[in-house]
Amino acid sequence: MTPLLDVRDLTVRYPGRNRRSAPVRAVDGVSFEVSAGETLALVGASGSGKSSTAAAVLLLRRPDGGEVWFDGRELTALDEAALRAVRPAVQPVFQDPYGSLSPRLRIRDALAEPLRVQKRWDPVAGPARVAELLDTVGLDQRLADRRPHELSGGQCQRVGIARALASEPRLLVLDEPVSALDPSVRAGVLNLLVGLQERLGLAYLFICHDMAVVRHFAHRVAVLSSGRIARTTTARALYPTGTARPKTAVDTRKAAAT
Amino acid sequence: MTQRPTLLSVTDLRVGFPDGPKGRETLHAVRDVSFDLAEGEVLALVGESGAGKSLTARVLLGMAPPAARTSGSVRFRGRELLGASRSGYAGLWGRHVAFVPQDALSVLSPVHTVGDQLAAAVRSVRRTGRAEARAAAVAALDRVGIADAARRAGAYPHEFSGGMRQRAVIAMAMINEPDLVVADEPTTALDPDVQEQVLGLLASLRETTGAALLLVTHDLDVVARHADRVLVLYAGETAEHGPVERVLGRPRAPYTAGLLASLPPGEPTGSRLLPVINGSPPTLREASSSPGCAFAPRCPLAADPCRTRRPTPSEVDAGHLVSCHRLTDVPDVPTCLFQPGGNG
Ligand code: SF4
Repeated sequence: MTPLLDVRDLTVRYPGRNRRSAPVRAVDGVSFEVSAGETLALVGASGSGKSSTAAAVLLLRRPDGGEVWFDGRELTALDEAALRAVRPAVQPVFQDPYGSLSPRLRIRDALAEPLRVQKRWDPVAGPARVAELLDTVGLDQRLADRRPHELSGGQCQRVGIARALASEPRLLVLDEPVSALDPSVRAGVLNLLVGLQERLGLAYLFICHDMAVVRHFAHRVAVLSSGRIARTTTARALYPTGTARPKTAVDTRKAAAT
Repeated sequence: MTQRPTLLSVTDLRVGFPDGPKGRETLHAVRDVSFDLAEGEVLALVGESGAGKSLTARVLLGMAPPAARTSGSVRFRGRELLGASRSGYAGLWGRHVAFVPQDALSVLSPVHTVGDQLAAAVRSVRRTGRAEARAAAVAALDRVGIADAARRAGAYPHEFSGGMRQRAVIAMAMINEPDLVVADEPTTALDPDVQEQVLGLLASLRETTGAALLLVTHDLDVVARHADRVLVLYAGETAEHGPVERVLGRPRAPYTAGLLASLPPGEPTGSRLLPVINGSPPTLREASSSPGCAFAPRCPLAADPCRTRRPTPSEVDAGHLVSCHRLTDVPDVPTCLFQPGGNG
């Protein structure tokens, strides 16, 4: 099966600190693939190139080198007009659920906006679609009239996901989507993402710094270090073994159970 | 554990904010919270956002928001602090009690070098010469593992990385060997590896000086690794309180069990779904207006008494307190009360 997303030898440079210093390579020859229905996690310390890679996949900025292939087309070779047609298929979900929604827009308008922008809004089918989106992400229809600040963090993040789904994407770039959420809320949002993936066959590029979440949620993991991929492995292989690993709350529970 | 003298004693602490016409009503964000902290002990305050853990810490530090209405008692070595004037706190600050915030830049001044700020901290509690204070500052930076401390002391906070800045804040907190350190999510903003380094550093400095630590965190793994006892707050009230091995190992409060159940498992399992606590935490207003248990709308065990009366903490085991009306019905492995779901 050909992968849905195929990133080859991606390079992203930023200007150096001053005019004379050499440009900084934020991403330096990174290659990976993500198939439909699959989650690839990108992990690494801050500054390792995770976010720059995500920005390049979203084509927020053109990479300085390498190719991004999506569904058999080379995005990096397309002009702006051609790109606009592809963009809805690749949608981001960001960390800060409040920051990524306009504070003035009611939730129903926040969900209608992508359809309006893409000139797909229909006065009859549109509202029904908004209702369906709320349903899909497990939100009460009554929330449609609220504004973001009237919602909890978890509800806001569900709106963020619904907004991404409005464009009927095939790939979601999930940039720390649960990092700002409390643990009891985080589990529900992760479950929602798992369910959507299984139902819609979505591919996920998942950026997260919490290894416990990564191991549980991702299928494969690419470890980035200084802009390069240090290794790619199955998430399962990342479960720590032996006693050298740091103790966790789950360990305490297990120790008490035996 | 040997009995150590009590350093800090908090009794029936309530913190509220004015509400209603002319602010005549009070919405309580912290309700009847009590705990003792022994010399040298580490107590974690855990809970989700809005549970009142940071607010509790701030009240103890005399840093409550101006509008806050507080009642109850906060005693430090027997001396009442609640309602004490600023000068009442001034004698404690820096010398006996130190603060490590989440955001280092909220306590470090951008216009002074790190070394100058540390030296000023020394001179604020001890009469020493400039050169001596400066030497103490460099030594303190060295102790927190900042290489080339003498030179780095001349740098400004923005020239440090996030991890280094947090080390500098810890150096500043520990420089006068306080008896109590209050740390509010001290590593939440850092990369996981750096988090562990910084917490390890805090632990080793504490061991040498014998300082007690009140650690405010939402991270149960941090609690498992770094605390002796833990107090779990839900909607401003004590859900469960006791030794870490008991509370995390054999939780008795349904809320604690739900929190633990929702953590990703430590090993591969057949399912990609996680158990969840349905619904979301109550708002301040909802929590204030409900006569019953604040957790009742989300609790799988909720029954009639839960909706009409607030449970109060009762002792289930030595030093292990739980607030729940249905203690005898809580199963042996209470995490199984919670099932995977996606639409909480
Ligand atoms: S008192 Fe009732 S609602 Fe509250 S935790 Fe116990 S069983 Fe649940």
